[in-house]
Amino acid sequence: MSHPAERDVPAIQTVNVRRVYHARGGRSIGGAKAGKTVVALDGVSLNIARGEIFGLLGRNGAGKTTLIKILTTLLAPTSGQAYIDGMDVTREVTKVRQRIAMVSGGEQSGYGILTVREQLWMFAQFYGVPSKIAHQRIDELLSAVGLGDQANQKVYALSTGMRQRMNLCRALVSDPEILFLDEPTVGLDVEASRSVRDYVRQWMRQDPRRTVLLTTHYMFEADELCDHVAVINHGHIVAEGTTDDLKRGLQEHARFQLEMAEWLPAFTEMLRNRDGVVEAQAEQRNDRTQLRLALLREEFIVPTIASINEAGGRVLALRRIEPTLEEAFVRLVGDEAESQREAEGAEVNG
Amino acid sequence: MSTLTPSAEASAAPAERSFARQGLRLGIMTMIGRAYPRLVAANREPDWIFYEVALPLLQICAFALVYKALGAPKYIGIVILGGGMMAFWINVLWSMAAQLHWERQSGNLELYLMAPASMLWILAGMAIGGMLATAVRAAAVLILGSLIFGVTYHVVSYPLVILAFLFSLVALYGLGSMLASLYLLYNREVWAIQEVIQEPVALLTGSYVPVRALGPIVAGFAALIPLTLGLDAVRQLVFPHLFATLLSPGWEVAILGVLVIVFCGGAAWSLRYIEYRAKVLGRLSLKWQ
Ligand SMILES: Nc1ncnc2c1ncn2[C@@H]1O[C@H](COP(=O)(O)OP(=O)(O)OP(=O)(O)O)[C@@H](O)[C@H]1O
Ligand SMILES: [Mg+2]
Repeated sequence: MSHPAERDVPAIQTVNVRRVYHARGGRSIGGAKAGKTVVALDGVSLNIARGEIFGLLGRNGAGKTTLIKILTTLLAPTSGQAYIDGMDVTREVTKVRQRIAMVSGGEQSGYGILTVREQLWMFAQFYGVPSKIAHQRIDELLSAVGLGDQANQKVYALSTGMRQRMNLCRALVSDPEILFLDEPTVGLDVEASRSVRDYVRQWMRQDPRRTVLLTTHYMFEADELCDHVAVINHGHIVAEGTTDDLKRGLQEHARFQLEMAEWLPAFTEMLRNRDGVVEAQAEQRNDRTQLRLALLREEFIVPTIASINEAGGRVLALRRIEPTLEEAFVRLVGDEAESQREAEGAEVNG
Repeated sequence: MSTLTPSAEASAAPAERSFARQGLRLGIMTMIGRAYPRLVAANREPDWIFYEVALPLLQICAFALVYKALGAPKYIGIVILGGGMMAFWINVLWSMAAQLHWERQSGNLELYLMAPASMLWILAGMAIGGMLATAVRAAAVLILGSLIFGVTYHVVSYPLVILAFLFSLVALYGLGSMLASLYLLYNREVWAIQEVIQEPVALLTGSYVPVRALGPIVAGFAALIPLTLGLDAVRQLVFPHLFATLLSPGWEVAILGVLVIVFCGGAAWSLRYIEYRAKVLGRLSLKWQ
């Protein structure tokens, strides 16, 4: 049972995937609500290489979960193709299912009356893992996520954070190659979400063939965890690359922050008139002045500082300001209020 | 998905045959996995002794006393048998028919559909777990009831009794599996349907009264519920010459065999419909969160 050469085939691939929902407007008598069509995904093409943690970012309703459902064989694409390890998710369903697993945020799966160990064993059964191997894995996984002491505790007695760590073990007990995480840390406290992220990273390091597709609303999470990200908006991929690519791609100007001593208000005007300076803003803070500069290019910082020194100013500290992923994200998808207006406009027009 | 018929397996190439064997192995493991929580955990909370043995026994006692007062103590035996079988019906209603509805709320449904084995194996696991767990309760009701009222049984034919009992159980859980998928389509009405079905069925199927007493038309409809014929057949076979029955036990067992095929086939069909509706149409949510 050979399957396509693992080296060359992307772990996850989608080609022009489109998914349309025909939502019926409830069962209204008289058919007043005829039925609404939602295009959840509109021509999504992605290639995710083996060994990557790939982040899919997008606002509520952008289409993230829909894409995950298609990749996990729970939903068929309306058109287009999707492949897991080169296998078509609509045709090689069983083989695809053997090598994937999914954890969603706030998941309440399993049965509260079982112990943690029993619960994990049950899910291992569904993947044909022999009991002996299953128990071995359960021990390893539980101690790796810090639930070693909870193995024989009833599932209903777990806290939300423990529960989500158990869910992670539940997904990994079948030793999947491709793991889907749909907002896995939603509702967890700082420490619990960190331990989930830490373990995901650790799990990835154990085997280079493993791949993770993660959706999240927390930009720092994507920044911290993901090698590559894609931003999805209204069913379209609007940007893709490393997190650094995304941040840099956005930055039109090089931004700096300087701590100054010996500052005169006239300096601001002088700086603004210099070549290469797009913007200069000074702000008084106690006995210091904080200066924010936007320059056409990074190189302009050297002559700019020289000119300040010449005029009698003194630079105490200099820091380059990197844009955050959050800023990049907001630029790409627009802010919430804007899209709200868009949506309302569309409704009026439609 | 992959259905295993003996002929297909015999004619398959070796590679395919080993694939089929793997599929079968996975299916059985899936079934055992899903049966497990029912078997072990069901007995973890000891209050089942009260709800599932003591309460049914009380109900049986009430009927038994009525029959005694009416001067027909010979009917007490059928009430006890009916009480034992009713345990299975209640299990089918609450733990089969409504089950996928609960599984959806916990998020299990999605995970079950995502698992590599066909979901029919999950349903089979639910059924077997439920049957075995309920058998303990049903046996307790039967034995205690028989001891209390001094009922004796004269088995006419063991093979037929066993067949009648097994067929009605399989048909009953097949019906439950079929309803399980269909209930997913009627989310909110589930409770109402349950309440409406449970009690009349106790009467219709003749759990506590002989079915024949209901008249031929009602009895005919009642016969569609596997409990009815199963009970009637078992009663005839353990209390011979007691009262007028629907049909001869042989016929009843044959019809039960047909019901097994109809309901198990129906379960497979309705599961496929549910999957189609969720996957292709996107009109069935697999999760409520
Ligand atoms: N079963 C369905 N029937 C009709 N419309 C649906 C269905 N599922 C999703 N949608 C719609 O499709 C779009 C994409 O939904 P999806 O759940 O994929 O978004 P998401 O990016 O996961 O959002 P969130 O961040 O809120 O989880 C939304 O407009 C949603 O309302
Ligand atoms: Mg989502």
